[in-house]
Amino acid sequence: MDGLDGVQRMKSTIIKVENKDTLRSLRKFLGRLMESKFVEALLVPKLLPGGDGFVQSLIKDSRMLEDANPIAPTMAVQSARILSELTSSPFDGRIGVVLKPCELRAAVEMVKFLQVNLDNVVTIGVDCPGTYEVGDYAEMVKKDRELSPQAFLEGASEGEIRPRQGYNFRECCQICEYPVPLNGDITIGLLGLDHSKEILLMAGGRFEKELAQKFSLELKEGNSANREKVIEKVTHKRREQRVKVIDELKERVNIIEKFMQTLSTCIRCHNCMNVCPICYCKECVFKSLVFEHRSEQFLNWADRRGAIRMPGDTLIFHLTRMSHMATSCVGCGMCDSACPSDLPISSLFGLIGSELQEMFEYVPGRDAAEEPPVSVFKEDELQAEAGSE
Amino acid sequence: MQEFEPRIVAFLCNWCTYTGADLAGTSRLQYPPNIRIVRLMCTGAVDTIYVLKALIEGADGVLIGGCHPGDCHYQTGNYKARRRITILKKILNRFGYDEDRIWLRWISASEGKLFADTTAQMVEELKDKGPNPIKQLWMV
Repeated sequence: MDGLDGVQRMKSTIIKVENKDTLRSLRKFLGRLMESKFVEALLVPKLLPGGDGFVQSLIKDSRMLEDANPIAPTMAVQSARILSELTSSPFDGRIGVVLKPCELRAAVEMVKFLQVNLDNVVTIGVDCPGTYEVGDYAEMVKKDRELSPQAFLEGASEGEIRPRQGYNFRECCQICEYPVPLNGDITIGLLGLDHSKEILLMAGGRFEKELAQKFSLELKEGNSANREKVIEKVTHKRREQRVKVIDELKERVNIIEKFMQTLSTCIRCHNCMNVCPICYCKECVFKSLVFEHRSEQFLNWADRRGAIRMPGDTLIFHLTRMSHMATSCVGCGMCDSACPSDLPISSLFGLIGSELQEMFEYVPGRDAAEEPPVSVFKEDELQAEAGSE
Repeated sequence: MQEFEPRIVAFLCNWCTYTGADLAGTSRLQYPPNIRIVRLMCTGAVDTIYVLKALIEGADGVLIGGCHPGDCHYQTGNYKARRRITILKKILNRFGYDEDRIWLRWISASEGKLFADTTAQMVEELKDKGPNPIKQLWMV
């Protein structure tokens, strides 16, 4: 699996879990990063005061780590967007950021588009068994006040990850091929480990030596065979599901009228665009005067076609967005979660994205040194595809 | 019944294909009047939204004409256009829309004849295809 190269390059060590409390041990590790001044601040999901959800929080005082949850089973916002704001101007010291695999991949894409600067950032990727919609999680908590955060790691050690009874993972998580981070400075491994006893800590690249010295870690080469097996198992299952979902969708949108039918309930709120970590343009054409039409224009259109849908510009919006950024789509599914009409935006991008990414042999977020397909070219390519020979 | 006359929106680069079209005119070469030309500085400036807008508004075909590979006035614009247009074609094709309504062609400033021939051929092929199906849909 070429996509997982980054994992192999890292060195690793085991952190012992005390009293079967995985979360506490994780917090303790994060606390050590702060107290040792390895990082000045930490961006990490934190439990809401009401206890029914999590938000990313920027923590400066390590005592505030008390309710931090690096394995939060929800993703209220895409942290790559937060990183874009957080790293928009120079700052002193380092910030550690706890990211899910898709957030990390999005952040790497954003580095390429000069929207995120990771120079003073230590990325801490955490294995992700899958996330739930924010509303679903709140409901789970309502039903079960004692719900333990560790319950969400069930099955992670054997690779038998199932959603909690009565719920399902977010659709994009069900078809996600990347349950492990590809290239964090630090990776926290949970898959394939008995997390009640141990956590895998991996470090690679620029901070490896400093981490090893500062925390007297014995970092070793290689990955455990069991972890590899479990990752493969989870990935395989999700890939199968992905093929199924995308094949079904393919049939549903294989003529333009059917594609438009699929999007027919779009209310053009632009939520999908607003939450997308890859759709970063500050001056978006869809928010510009170009799309503020004159009254007469609407009437002309209606005259030409007999009638037009209102609000319009649905087809051009979705197709343009797709052609602009599907090559870099990481499949985080924030568009789905934000869509008030439950449109399968993420799967549509999955369908188009995988086709385009395969054509350009490109994996979004795999490596910051890889140029995105829309900003480079080869002299000798695509003659037949473009029809320009 | 009147024969269907396709409408083509052409995005032509200032340095090559637009000048080629000019040459076709000054050489008194006949080319079909079905074509509406938009002059741009470079095919690298053709965003996919221009092509989509033209098709959704009712053009039956879109021609993008630029300098031959290696000849771009701005070095690399046509290569970037080739990637963008390929991406758009792949997307449209996936949703069952005939990607051959979009033509990307390299026509230099000296190829007036090629410009006339290309547009004539495009008109013929679009006549066979018939009107752009999106034109009549109200749900766009």
